[in-house]
Amino acid sequence: MSQLSALTWVFAYLSLLTVGGGLAAFPELKALTVEKFHWLGFQELIHLYSLGQIAPGPNMMMVAAVGERVAGVIGALVVVIAFFGPTGILTLGTGRLWRRLDGWRWRDPIQRGLAPVSVGLLVAGSISLAKGALVGRASVLIAGVVFLLLIRTRINPAVLVLCGAVAGLFAFGAP
Amino acid sequence: MVVPSAPPVEATLIQIFHAFLLIGATSFGGGVMAYLRSSLVEKHGWLDDESFVQLLAMSQSLPGLNSTNMAVLVGDRLRGTPGALVAIAGICLPGGILMFFLGMLHRQHGARPLVTAALHGVAAAAVGLVAAVAVQIGRKVLTRADDLAFVVLAVIGVSVLHQSVLVVLFVVGAFAIWWYRPRDEAPGPPAR
Repeated sequence: MSQLSALTWVFAYLSLLTVGGGLAAFPELKALTVEKFHWLGFQELIHLYSLGQIAPGPNMMMVAAVGERVAGVIGALVVVIAFFGPTGILTLGTGRLWRRLDGWRWRDPIQRGLAPVSVGLLVAGSISLAKGALVGRASVLIAGVVFLLLIRTRINPAVLVLCGAVAGLFAFGAP
Repeated sequence: MVVPSAPPVEATLIQIFHAFLLIGATSFGGGVMAYLRSSLVEKHGWLDDESFVQLLAMSQSLPGLNSTNMAVLVGDRLRGTPGALVAIAGICLPGGILMFFLGMLHRQHGARPLVTAALHGVAAAAVGLVAAVAVQIGRKVLTRADDLAFVVLAVIGVSVLHQSVLVVLFVVGAFAIWWYRPRDEAPGPPAR
């Protein structure tokens, strides 16, 4: 029972930090699920987050897998509702208010100011992920190739992440 | 002032759920926004391009994922609160079920050496992916030198000083909003 209430507040709290994208909350996701509650190891969290990049839809559905690990089907349901409920309600309310705030002088400064901060949080999230995910030269090489291909071409990222799995088999699979 | 009203388009709850379920099931590889636009603007005609961009800007500055925020905003416009509910449920369901089962498989087989090797590769590729996304969004959003300063401040706060994301969001966010505060003397309505 206490696990479920911990899951609820952890993921409701994390959802409020996802300004600009789910990755912004990654450092805090690690701090809470790995270091504070020991629900899973850092490598496991990284693997689930990375698998989540292959799944269709919103790119943080991996939270369902964390909930499943802690408390099965109920855990997954609790986490998904906690993660999408509060921000959903907030967005619903603000969306209605926002239209009425059309002439409000602070509307543009808020959008203007939060944009670079959210980019910074994305970069910080990338750094946190990279610290755990780059285990040796081969992974730096894989990350670099994927980065360059995505910047230079229009290849579907999900395909590249799957290619990463094959590259990983060759790089890390040899006994 | 002219407030954009709800579009005079009829959409049933089932149609909304179906449209978002389809987006949730097919939008592999991120870039959900492109899938949303092609479905909502082009296929169904539920939004025009201008409203789509407006709602997108709002989604980006609110907490929550951009894609689920869009689902809530569009669903609410079409059918009020029930519309918002079926839209967010539809877009989350396919990926959520997939990740539920992938998580189970990972728990049972994740420790096998070959699986671990493949997952190390997936994680490395994911680092390349998130770095590319950060650069691509950065290119679009950052237009001035002072923008870059706020990026650096946020990174230092989280990655160097190890402050919680919440603290950084509040401190650097408030500073940035104040930095871009309204400068015009006349607090009247904006020229339109």
